Amino acid sequence: MPAYYLEALTVALGILLLMLEAFGPAQDKRLVGFTAAFGLAIIFIFNFFAIGPDQAAEGKAWATWPLWDFYQFDSTARFYKGFALLCTALVVLMSLDYRAILSKYTDHPGTESATGEYYALPVFACAGMMWMASATDLLGAFVALELVTITFYILVAFLRRNLGSLEAGVKYLILGALSTGFLVYGIAWIYGATGTMNLAEIGEKVATMGDTTYALFGTALILVAMAFKIGAVPMQVWIPDVYQGAPTPTTAFLSVGSKAAGFVLLLRFLDPLLQEGSPIRGQVLMILGLIAAATLLVGNLAAMGQTNFKRLLAYSSIAHAGFLVLAIAAWAPASSTDPGSIATVGFYLATYLVMTLAAFFILAQVRIQSESEEIDAFNGLGKRSPLLALGLTILMAAMAGVPLTAGFIGKFFVFSLAVHAGLWWGVGIAFIGAAAGFYYYFKLIRAMWWMEPAADAKPITLPTISRAAVATLVLATLILGIYPKPILWLLS
Amino acid sequence: MLLALVLIPILAALAILGGAKPRQAALAAALLNAALGVFAALQSKAGFWDFSLQVLAKPDITLSLGFYDGMSVVMLLLSVIVTLAAILSGKAPVGREKLYYSSSLLIAAGAIGAFVATDLFFFYAFHELALIPTFLMIGMLGRGEDRKATAWKITIYLGFGSLVLLAGLVWLASATGSYSIPKMIENATASPIDPAAQKSIAAFLIVGFGILVSLFPFHSWAAPAYASAPAPTTMLHAGVLKKFGLYGLLRLAIPLVPEGMQAWITPLCVLLLGNILWVGFVTIWQKRLDTLLGNSSVMHMGYIFLAIAALAASPANELAKPAAVLLMFAHGISIAMAFGLADRIERTTGTLDLDQLGGLAKSAPKLAFLFGLVTMASIGLPGLANFAGEVMVFISSFAPGSYDAAKGLGPVQITCILAIWGVVISAVYGLRAFRKVFQGPSNGRTAAVPDLTLCDRAPALLLAVVLLAVGIFPKLLLSLL
Repeated sequence: MPAYYLEALTVALGILLLMLEAFGPAQDKRLVGFTAAFGLAIIFIFNFFAIGPDQAAEGKAWATWPLWDFYQFDSTARFYKGFALLCTALVVLMSLDYRAILSKYTDHPGTESATGEYYALPVFACAGMMWMASATDLLGAFVALELVTITFYILVAFLRRNLGSLEAGVKYLILGALSTGFLVYGIAWIYGATGTMNLAEIGEKVATMGDTTYALFGTALILVAMAFKIGAVPMQVWIPDVYQGAPTPTTAFLSVGSKAAGFVLLLRFLDPLLQEGSPIRGQVLMILGLIAAATLLVGNLAAMGQTNFKRLLAYSSIAHAGFLVLAIAAWAPASSTDPGSIATVGFYLATYLVMTLAAFFILAQVRIQSESEEIDAFNGLGKRSPLLALGLTILMAAMAGVPLTAGFIGKFFVFSLAVHAGLWWGVGIAFIGAAAGFYYYFKLIRAMWWMEPAADAKPITLPTISRAAVATLVLATLILGIYPKPILWLLS
Repeated sequence: MLLALVLIPILAALAILGGAKPRQAALAAALLNAALGVFAALQSKAGFWDFSLQVLAKPDITLSLGFYDGMSVVMLLLSVIVTLAAILSGKAPVGREKLYYSSSLLIAAGAIGAFVATDLFFFYAFHELALIPTFLMIGMLGRGEDRKATAWKITIYLGFGSLVLLAGLVWLASATGSYSIPKMIENATASPIDPAAQKSIAAFLIVGFGILVSLFPFHSWAAPAYASAPAPTTMLHAGVLKKFGLYGLLRLAIPLVPEGMQAWITPLCVLLLGNILWVGFVTIWQKRLDTLLGNSSVMHMGYIFLAIAALAASPANELAKPAAVLLMFAHGISIAMAFGLADRIERTTGTLDLDQLGGLAKSAPKLAFLFGLVTMASIGLPGLANFAGEVMVFISSFAPGSYDAAKGLGPVQITCILAIWGVVISAVYGLRAFRKVFQGPSNGRTAAVPDLTLCDRAPALLLAVVLLAVGIFPKLLLSLL
């Protein structure tokens, strides 16, 4: 099956969902949600059978289409498409269990009327992320990225009768528009300097260029715009407020799906520029190093003082972005002994997906059942719901990077890349970041196990879908921590 | 085969969480492990112990377990014996049995895993696996008003130490080009690591492992943590898990970065004197039995560091490593026994305040005898295992070839001479504690204390027999090395 079918099917699924929303039952939108999750799961399976033009049978017309000037399909594309599909499906499942909050802020509070879009929009965003994974051309990448961003403008402000959500929406819109400006401006400079928008050709042109100032300026602008997507300094300011205000499934989607799509695009864009012999390699790596260091410091140090769990996760998402950028700043191609930067980023993101989505699944239910997202709301959870607390303990330990969990191996790869690249100051800062992370993630563990529950605190029970999802993801965190090979296999 | 020793406690812990009878399951696992451990010690040369499963191809990380040398065997033996004693003597608060026993088993599994792992990655990972339940146990089931603050302190302190250590280990792996410990040692012997790098790596390892072993001045977490942790946690941590840091220095730092270690001998000597003399004096002035034991355990780490310093000063020193291992074993057994008995004293009298105790020897003579025995052991009375260890440490610092008589004494020898005063300090606080708790007039609290029942005696007797056996025939252990 040609790879572009995947995006086409995803968009078709989105349209089908809008139909269901319009013509299906007015009050019960579960059908829309389940159709979305089911459809995404099917496309996820198709993803394994998709092929690019290089594997097409002889004489297939589609293999020679000009489409392939804009679109490529390789193992990285397959991985990130699968990533986007899986993430979206999980987010849709999370939204299904979040119905109680969604229906609070509709036109007719307490009903589910018009909440079906909340399951359809992520599917469109997913199509954009999948296209970003295949981008070979700045223009195509820009369109895909805007599809994602514009969808998110709506998703963030979806609870439009809730002030927090509305405020988050406005903040996201303004900064998103600003970063789009940076991106377009950067693309224009790159085009002016190289005369092409094709990423591979940009790399070739830059390699033989006399004066690289303009290309470098364009690259810097694009890096700033990408920093918005991945949540890195200098465009990280929106994250805490938007994460806190947005509906929890949207926050999860932002922090996992949108970030990963940003990273794959960043890798696609940087890969040709960071090849050995590229004249701007040194400068780009230096910018990346600065971004990584600043992001690590901002994310980790600011997270230490947080008392709201959702905000903590927001800062933690900045911190993780710092580790990921550090892996790129310590650029290394895959070798016989090392997975290399691209695989490291992929691996880290995969473990990040597993841990973060599970944490958001739990957070969403704590928010619904105890009306609070503060860390205090978790006090004594170990006594109230021991199994849930055990699961969250494993997740927090994994995020902090405790060994035998998936989170450790991701950090481990990043550290060893940085050590190999001789980025000593980067290692030092990442080290401070990891130590700070230990502190703030363990704050939650402390609250759950050591603090006494409030007098009126009730046990938290997860609904069926969330329970199954959390159990699966926690198990995956542990299994990948001991046996990480499957993800690396997917990446190669 | 060694995988079984790690898996048995983990599976038992899972079974307990899943609904098995906590104490029975934990005891069964500990007994089975002890039997397997003794068998492993007897048959350590057999080939069937090794286990290996590659978990990652690039970089090559393998879950490989095996006896790299006799030190692993001794540490394994220590782990299984102390685990059995800790589970036997533990008394879970009603309603918290699941957590209590499963955490203890997980600590044991992590410690065993760390001592038999021959892959750097799992060596580190297993130790962390043991730390998390330690933190949880102190925070949830600990004693005392400020147990939460204490637990938080040890979490942050040891978490930080582990990270410093991790930095050193990653650097070490990158410098030797492998994660397999035997391969690392092979590579480093064939082409030594650059001396400048050695010095930095050694610093990371000394600080990282040092924090975990409560090397002065990174020791302040230890005494409060031991005082507030539930008894099995204290026994397992002070007795077994803490030895991980010393084990790591002997296993990795000495063979891989010998020149780096050599560069730090003088500072290390100063710090270990801090352990022995400074903490020794602090110990004398303790007002509670649990903080006294906790501080004494910190103090005794100094002797083992002395052996490590001696080994770093002259790698040809054949005595230092067996001395360190023997003392690690002896200290582990004796401190576990002391904490186990102290817990029993607190359970029956309701206090560990030295001024409120007294005259226990009259009401509980068996308890007094066993506690006296372990006090003597920790002072270093001949015939008990600690004596053999300490004497070997002192002799090893003066081993032939370890200093040049023409040039006078080196830092290690001077440190040794000062460290011997530690024995006097131990005698002062050990005998003082014994007198305060067991002798003198009894009071309302202590007059009617029931003596040890057979059930209470079993763990202490087990440890006492080991102390005596190794004390009289140190060769039992030394032949393994």
